[in-house]
Amino acid sequence: MVTAAKLIDTTLCIGCKACEAACQQWNDQEFTLGTFDGSYQTMPDLAANFWNLIKFNEVERNGQMSWLMAKYQCMHCADPGCLRACPAPGAIVQLKNGTVDIVQENCIGCGYCITGCPFDVPRLSPATKKAYKCSLCSDRTAAGLAPACIKTCPTNCLTFGDRTELVRQAESRAGALRAAGYADAGVYNPGGVGGTNVIYVLKEASRPEDYGLPRDPKIPLSVYFWKGPIKWLGSVVLVGGILGTFFHYVRYGPREYRNEGNRGQNPEV
Amino acid sequence: MTNGWTDVANADVVLVMGGNPAENHPVGFRFVMEARRKRSAKLVCIDPRFNRTAAVSDCYVPIRAGSDIAFLGGLIHAAISTGRFQRDYVVEHTNAAFLVKDGYGFEDGHFSGWDAAKRSYDKSSWEYELDGQGYAKVDPTLEHPRCVFQLMKRHYSRYTREKVAEICGCSPEEFDKAAGIVLSASTEGRTGTILYALGWTQHSHAVQLIHAAAMLQLLMGNIGMPGGGVNAQRGHANIQGSTDMGAWNMLPGYLKLPRANWRNLEEYLKANTPKPLRPDALNYWGNTPKFTVSLLKAYYGDKAAKANGFGYDWLPKAGETANHSWGFLFDRMYAGGIEGMISFGMNPVANGPNTGKILAALAKLKWLIVAENFETETAAFWNARKLAEKDYPAVADPSQIQTEVFLLPASCFAEKDGAFVNSSRWLQWKHAALDPPGEALRDQEIIARLFLKIRELYQKEGGATPEPLRNMTWNYAQPECPSLEEVAREINGRDLASERQLAGFGELKDDGSTSCGNWIYSGSFPETGNMMSRRGQEDPTGLGIYPQWSWSWPANRRVLYNRASLDKGGKPWDPTRAPLRWNGTRWTGDVPDYKSDAPPEALGAFIMLPEGVAKLFAPDFAEGPFPEHYEPAESPVENPLHPGVSFNPAAKVFQSGIDKLGSSKDFPYVGVTYRLTEHFHYWTKHVASSSQLLAHFFVEVPEGLASEKGIRNGDRVRVTSARGHVEGYALVTGRMRGLKVGGRKIYQVGLPIHWGFVGRVTGPLINNLTASVFDPNSGTPEYKGFLVNLEKV
Repeated sequence: MVTAAKLIDTTLCIGCKACEAACQQWNDQEFTLGTFDGSYQTMPDLAANFWNLIKFNEVERNGQMSWLMAKYQCMHCADPGCLRACPAPGAIVQLKNGTVDIVQENCIGCGYCITGCPFDVPRLSPATKKAYKCSLCSDRTAAGLAPACIKTCPTNCLTFGDRTELVRQAESRAGALRAAGYADAGVYNPGGVGGTNVIYVLKEASRPEDYGLPRDPKIPLSVYFWKGPIKWLGSVVLVGGILGTFFHYVRYGPREYRNEGNRGQNPEV
Repeated sequence: MTNGWTDVANADVVLVMGGNPAENHPVGFRFVMEARRKRSAKLVCIDPRFNRTAAVSDCYVPIRAGSDIAFLGGLIHAAISTGRFQRDYVVEHTNAAFLVKDGYGFEDGHFSGWDAAKRSYDKSSWEYELDGQGYAKVDPTLEHPRCVFQLMKRHYSRYTREKVAEICGCSPEEFDKAAGIVLSASTEGRTGTILYALGWTQHSHAVQLIHAAAMLQLLMGNIGMPGGGVNAQRGHANIQGSTDMGAWNMLPGYLKLPRANWRNLEEYLKANTPKPLRPDALNYWGNTPKFTVSLLKAYYGDKAAKANGFGYDWLPKAGETANHSWGFLFDRMYAGGIEGMISFGMNPVANGPNTGKILAALAKLKWLIVAENFETETAAFWNARKLAEKDYPAVADPSQIQTEVFLLPASCFAEKDGAFVNSSRWLQWKHAALDPPGEALRDQEIIARLFLKIRELYQKEGGATPEPLRNMTWNYAQPECPSLEEVAREINGRDLASERQLAGFGELKDDGSTSCGNWIYSGSFPETGNMMSRRGQEDPTGLGIYPQWSWSWPANRRVLYNRASLDKGGKPWDPTRAPLRWNGTRWTGDVPDYKSDAPPEALGAFIMLPEGVAKLFAPDFAEGPFPEHYEPAESPVENPLHPGVSFNPAAKVFQSGIDKLGSSKDFPYVGVTYRLTEHFHYWTKHVASSSQLLAHFFVEVPEGLASEKGIRNGDRVRVTSARGHVEGYALVTGRMRGLKVGGRKIYQVGLPIHWGFVGRVTGPLINNLTASVFDPNSGTPEYKGFLVNLEKV
């Protein structure tokens, strides 16, 4: 079984947002209107109905302006923090091809996956009280199609394929960029989460933060303890948690979420 | 485009100037990325703003809006003065060696022949010196003081790197860096392309700007080369098609508009059929009578005969010097000189300059028909006061407007078949994806029903000059809704006796035996079928020519002027990038821009032109044979080259009471309008997904200016010009910086265009700020570079 992966060559990304629109359309997400936040970026951060966001970062160094654009979405880690943190059986699954997916029917809306994610990706929907994120279009990949974002990218800065092959491609592209005079070009392929199935080619690889990418992503220690050496205890707590949640639900009904920022209040377009 | 999108992948250098393809042509931009990936091509971006293209470029230089000719003039000077040009190409394929008449000159901002009273040039001193046979004299050594090369060298000697920096606002070092990359494409083994769009066409000196780009490319030997050319990126899916079909100021196929002083067909043809200026010039425009007569046969069929000048009399004619382009049309409407208007696929309230004037002009119509997918600002113009009074305080109350408005629901592009002509000149046939909803009709049905009804009224009731309508052929199978395939066959042309579809324009006759709706499209629908629907992906030359994919005008040729990719003797300048080869009896590769069986030495490489070579010196334009830097109509500085003649003397500036110009005392900043990836013109503000990607109108404000004015990112600001104002959020950015121009610090303010008073998302119409100032050749308004003020609200 090959590992399904996505290569994002940021040096070819023009920030056109076609991937954002394609992601929402394929996944039947509702279009909303945001507030103005002083940027070309569609919204400040990912949302429950918006799983794929291009971050626009202006960086000025030595009088040289850079406008770095990088697509941001679930990284599909080999050792997913969300999955480690999730107390609900079957709510987060890792497919044989490495894709990490949320099964909303099983999600209890506890939000632990957000805590567990070193990339801060999953989002809770105030409406459904379930967690959502990029599924790597598992419904498309299962049918042999590329994810919607990759299918729609006009500059071919996105490539879908087997991870080993894409890492090779990324290294070779970074080498070509270094040869063309971009000394700091390199591959973003962090190891801290068992490796990610989304890898980047960056022009300024020594500064991933400039692109909005964590330098050394790691699953929070608390989550490791949660399912690590004291896993048995974790399991007891997990079962207790589920039962507690169940009884709580039966007794008090669904939890009322306060809006976590103005995005939740956006009217439908 | 002289070349085409797929061809951009052959470039070693991509100069993007007056365009922003990463932003506005993201799909075509993939070929720029392919050039970078496969050839390590260098991308140079010259623009007032550090935009999305700049973000992925190798070299970005900021310049002041309206200073592009100075920058290109600097490149021309640098090329000539340092020998970075392709001398053999220049001698063999351009008019560099042609001698110009004694008496031509340029002094203090005026070329010779300026008539101050008429505000136009007498161009007689711009002509070539002819020999006894009527051919231009040449000096292939390029040494004669009156040869084009020496005149050009002298003209651009003023455009030093320091002068460029003083005018444009960049530093001399930034200019040097860009020049180093651009001029590296002047060797035989390297080719560079130029991509431009409305950033070049929307100036009062726009045509000369593109002329300057062509000169630079000719000097470097990049015209006719794969990966070269001067490439206009068109803004709508079919804007190239509408230009080709003469939707503007021409007849189809770039035939000149008939004028009242050409009283019959003979006079029209005499005035518009050029004579060769060199013995080896093929002078293909010499076939103008064949193109014109065949067009008249397509219009009037059997009614067009030799005896009646093939119906030339029935064509509408403009006055000798009359201009019917946009600015003149609305000026006349504003003055009350137009009764009604049909607005089809166009939204003049949004896209014309000086919104207040357009709104006032429409209010003077008796009737207005708008055929559209949505209710546009034009259809709703009468309601502007109610919808957006704060933006247009001077507009009349609906109760005062007597214009009767008809909004006809029309189908959108996906609801009809037909061909789109893209920037690459490809006619790509498409199929209807679905039927028009509700009562919406296909465009051709709306036009056909109007035509048939009006003709019926003429037949019943008579009227002045009924002949143009009565004699028009309309023998379609379904007269009320002609199939577009039938129309396409008609445009291709046929032999009238045998009813055979023509194979190409080479078969056209001037005796009335052929008909053809547009000579440059002849060959798109021959006997073998619809060439436009082809989707073959073979690429025999390996140069991205794809001859079996759709059909490209003219004659399915993909690289225009491709004969110039070889020297006079037929040897390719670059054997790895030769679109054509001569095999001893005929040409192979791309369709030759040359006589298909003529040997290399027989003819000049530029077969359309009477010179047989390309024109560096072009006496065709209103303001001079060489491009010269003139300031925009509203500029913060006097022209450093000739302060006495600061602005283009031949440009058109309207002077009605509503057409005001401002000065830098009241309006100290330079405004520039532009488009964004997220939206398409004024249409996608009706679409949910695009509206989400970018909902709010904003003004891009340089950090330095923002701190001077105490404006923070996200504050509300008001931008004012002498015409009107807009209000929106400030997007404070380090991507725009203050420029030092003529010793002063000049700030520019960025103004995206996509909003209006109708739609899911609304905002101000940016043209409320812009002025009725037009290029004298193209009639395009000056949207890049006008004066504004900026205040925090």
